[in-house]
Amino acid sequence: MYRYDEFDARFVNERVGQLRDQVERRLKGEITEEEFRPLRLMNGLYLQLHAYMLRVAVPYGTLSSRQLHRLADIATKYDKGYAHFTTRQNIQYNWPKLEDVPEILSDLAEVEMHAIQTSGNCIRNVTSDQWAGAAADEIADPRPICELIRQWSSLHPEFCYLPRKFKIAVTGSPHDRAAVKFHDIGLRMHRNYKGAPGYEVLVGGGLGRTPMIGITVREWLAEEELLAYLEAIMRVYNSLGRRDNKYKARIKILVHETGHDEFRRLVDEEHAKIEAPAVLPDPRELTRIEAYFAEPQYEDLAEQDAGYNKALATSKDFANWVKSNVAKHKKPGYAIANISLKPEGGIPGDATDKQMHGLADLAETYSFAEIRVTHEQNLVLPYVRKSDLSDLWQKLQALELAPANLGLMTDIIVCPGLDYCALATARSIPVAQELTNRFASLERQHDIGTLRLKISGCINACGHHHVGHIGILGVDRKGEEIYQITLGGSADENASIGKIIGPGFTGDEISDAVETVVDTYLDIRQKDEPFIDTYRRVGKDPFKEALYATA
Amino acid sequence: MSAQILTANILRTGLVVFLAQDHSWSEKVDEAAVANTEEDAKALEAKGVEDKIANLIVDPYLVDVIVEDGKIKATHIRERIRTLGPSVHLDHGKQAEGTAGQFMPVDGGGQTSSAQAKIARGKRT
Repeated sequence: MYRYDEFDARFVNERVGQLRDQVERRLKGEITEEEFRPLRLMNGLYLQLHAYMLRVAVPYGTLSSRQLHRLADIATKYDKGYAHFTTRQNIQYNWPKLEDVPEILSDLAEVEMHAIQTSGNCIRNVTSDQWAGAAADEIADPRPICELIRQWSSLHPEFCYLPRKFKIAVTGSPHDRAAVKFHDIGLRMHRNYKGAPGYEVLVGGGLGRTPMIGITVREWLAEEELLAYLEAIMRVYNSLGRRDNKYKARIKILVHETGHDEFRRLVDEEHAKIEAPAVLPDPRELTRIEAYFAEPQYEDLAEQDAGYNKALATSKDFANWVKSNVAKHKKPGYAIANISLKPEGGIPGDATDKQMHGLADLAETYSFAEIRVTHEQNLVLPYVRKSDLSDLWQKLQALELAPANLGLMTDIIVCPGLDYCALATARSIPVAQELTNRFASLERQHDIGTLRLKISGCINACGHHHVGHIGILGVDRKGEEIYQITLGGSADENASIGKIIGPGFTGDEISDAVETVVDTYLDIRQKDEPFIDTYRRVGKDPFKEALYATA
Repeated sequence: MSAQILTANILRTGLVVFLAQDHSWSEKVDEAAVANTEEDAKALEAKGVEDKIANLIVDPYLVDVIVEDGKIKATHIRERIRTLGPSVHLDHGKQAEGTAGQFMPVDGGGQTSSAQAKIARGKRT
């Protein structure tokens, strides 16, 4: 399982000491807020609408039971008994006091956790496929490369003051669960014509106020060449990226304004200048990193399990949960159990301290003490024996962690919105709550099939609305919350950006509008055609007509 | 001009506060000093800057309000949520701690549970 080495442990402890000193000096008034702000942001500490907010990194979405217990303890001890899993595989606390933050970071450091690279204009913590190391369709576990990038990027002196934040995602599977086309750099593992695994390098994707799909700058790059190439991209960005305008500072704007071919040429030119050995990872180091992500001690199991099959046949509720929430594992007899944090009427991504402790215990019993966090704000137990699934499901029910809606209409990505966020222009959580109530019927959701709904409470698009099959964007129109609908977005390997369908709706109208879109789809779909395929076949006109035709 | 009050966050805790008549910082919006003239608003701002420099508070700024029956209601929904707490967690924030503005719910009804929180219209009234 992933762990820090002694260098990381020392570095994280030093950082806790530094922040403790900085907070002390701030409270004594020895440094001003203007001086302190960048320091707190380097440690994931924001000031939000009601209070400070602390964002803690979950590297590559991987947590041990011990770490999840500790995250729960922090929620009890320093917060209000709950926390929020974010759209970047992180976890946020909504109510920490500044004076407590050094203690919180010290408690985190004890379990090899921190809040570094969760904020500020640096290379943010790398995200990946939540099923890494377990997925049946995977070429190889992408996390060792994530960790290599992390070691290279943490405190890299050249990249601590970038024009803007910089996000990297890596997938090791052909089916992209990490949205790599919507990151500053996306890495997609695939095999070249010789069958050797390497990476397609995508640059300049992103959401926010200017959504863009990343362009391919290299079709295939061998693992050992990766860091030098990334360094070349970063250098081009660092020297040419705009610093005059915050809204034009991301690399996607540079790629767009420079032109794709010219950008590729600049990167290649920079790459040619780099002395390869300086950024060439030592093979021994790679081996050492890979050992951190070694497979758990699997048992040799038969693919079929009689008890599991019987439970499937006898309990419709269990079968429904398996249908949506359980994914195929690469090892016979094992399964990936996805834990939906999207209960009917609940707050997407929130978990209580009790739920976190409970799930940490279940991971200990059923999943080699390992939990994953997804960018879709759910959790995963990645290594569950099929024979244990029924027991696990019953225990999840007791924790209210068994919604059977993964990948369905009510598995909604939602940013915190105006209920918590200082930047938000409208609330987003209440929209999700109303929609999960309205579409609660599983039968109806199964009929609708795969439909990705995503909601953001402002143009910064933390709720990924641009890539929702149905996206909702909340804006402020003269003090009133207005919700725009976009249709046709997709975050996976067939990436697309949703288009605004027409004038927005009030809070009272938005659920009806979404229902109209869904009903229109049900009317015009062909047999077994998912929503996104129907939309791509017919375009937006039928939906527009249904939404805006005057009676 | 609209009536205005001054809000900020306490440096040490992050709590949302309002500048009161006696120049202390209160968690209760209803205790805020209301400025009805630009001159009064400037005086509030000046006190905010002073207490910012004194490291008591951070991010002071003026907020438009209306006053009815001695109760203060922030005009904009963002600021109203700030005087109450999250509309989706009525068990947290000022609304749960007895320090909320007396114009209770964001949506004007008052009985919504977090599970059924209605989307309020943040219309200026």
